[in-house]
Amino acid sequence: MKRRDVLLAALGLLILWQAAAMLVNRPILPTPIVVTRVFFSELTRGLSDHALASLWRVMAGTMLSVLTAVPAGLAVGGSARLNRFVSPIIYLLYPIPKVVFVPVILLFLGIGDAAKIAIIFLILFFQIVVLVRDQAAALPPQLFQSLRSLGAGRRALFRFVYLPASLPAILTALRQSVGTAVAVLYIAELFATQRGLGYYIYYNGSTLLNYPAMYAGVIAMSLLGLGLYFTVDWLERILCPWKFVN
Amino acid sequence: MIRVHSLTFGYSQQLPIFQSFDWTVERGETWAIIGSSGCGKTSLLYLLAGLLKPTSGEISIEGEVIARPRPGTGLILQEYGLLPWSTVRQNAELGLRVRNFYGPDGRHAPQSHQRSQNIMPWLERLGIAHLADKYPSQISGGERQRTAIARTLALHPDILLMDEPFSSLDAVIREDLQSLTLELCEEQGITLIMVTHAIEEAAVMGRKILLLGQPPNTKPGIFANQNAGNAEYRQTNEYLEICKTLRRELNDETP
Repeated sequence: MKRRDVLLAALGLLILWQAAAMLVNRPILPTPIVVTRVFFSELTRGLSDHALASLWRVMAGTMLSVLTAVPAGLAVGGSARLNRFVSPIIYLLYPIPKVVFVPVILLFLGIGDAAKIAIIFLILFFQIVVLVRDQAAALPPQLFQSLRSLGAGRRALFRFVYLPASLPAILTALRQSVGTAVAVLYIAELFATQRGLGYYIYYNGSTLLNYPAMYAGVIAMSLLGLGLYFTVDWLERILCPWKFVN
Repeated sequence: MIRVHSLTFGYSQQLPIFQSFDWTVERGETWAIIGSSGCGKTSLLYLLAGLLKPTSGEISIEGEVIARPRPGTGLILQEYGLLPWSTVRQNAELGLRVRNFYGPDGRHAPQSHQRSQNIMPWLERLGIAHLADKYPSQISGGERQRTAIARTLALHPDILLMDEPFSSLDAVIREDLQSLTLELCEEQGITLIMVTHAIEEAAVMGRKILLLGQPPNTKPGIFANQNAGNAEYRQTNEYLEICKTLRRELNDETP
């Protein structure tokens, strides 16, 4: 995808929004021009703090899930016996929409950041485990025989095969689920907190009825999702250059 | 140099592939192992490589019983031996990097191992220096095998084991690589053992040919082919004769 095409698409969407706002012509749908102005003035009046709180929760949840799910996925994918035991469990848990656990997690972990981070962790964890497991299990046995004949033992196989092989799987998992994670973060931030973009959007929209500010929050949350998505893309280009040849 | 003594090997619950099998390979010989599929030729190669363990009996190389891959033995497989995420240069360096990773521990790397990473002379020797920064998906099958050969030879092996290394290549490229392999083995004083299912390849590569039959193999069927490896050997009657002999023997073996 060309950068220019993406910019053009963004411009097209903004024009569509502008046209819709002019047609509807009610306070609940302000124009992008108004929202942009409010967005920048709100940044200094707390919006950036809310955004940072949300960003921190997403990042912490992501880090936690990568750090736990990658070793788990590699272990399961690398051992047929473990895979036989664990796969049915993953098979049952994987399709459950994790968002339904939001109230449960809030009950157990309370009102702090821990609950929000745990929810994001839960969503990403299964995605990463499944993709890393499949990647590790799909490595051809000839690759391992070749490497073992070069003298590689368990540690070298991990360093030279499993770890680099899991990178694209991690990035694919993040790309697939980072959007969901932000969406669920919104839900999680509706409850028992006064920080975060979810709270900011809901508070401005439903309590203060300050619609331009609410949309500024929506923009901030979209930028958060987009930023994470672009970061994953960028990481893939840096870390997996071999996927972009030909 | 290689002594296979009273080897018995089989996958569980099956008829053994080898039973009390004895075989000897002397230093500097070039061997081709041929047989129909399921005869155990790849298993024998993996046993020599230390990747499989005998059920009973033993294999010793230079007087040492093989229980795990031995630093001095190189192994080249038909495909999938290269890391798709590494360039030609990185793939060729891999053996050296594995040794640098462990250091000279005598187990993963020989005790005489010195840290080094200069692979370029090997890439040049194999004619792939200009591909150093390409990924395996960007080069041809022949070039991939040249990379695998560079990676193995950079470790200065005294034995080279090859499992149908050229069977997926075009005829011309295959003949090129066959000659190059023989040339390099001679130059480096390497004992070569190559598994193949192709009669012509066995006749070209092996100064000695080991023919395996339907399991269980109890006695090695050995054919001398002294002049293999000479230029123009393909054009001689001797070559045609050994091909005929092997074809007849293989047909007899197939039930």
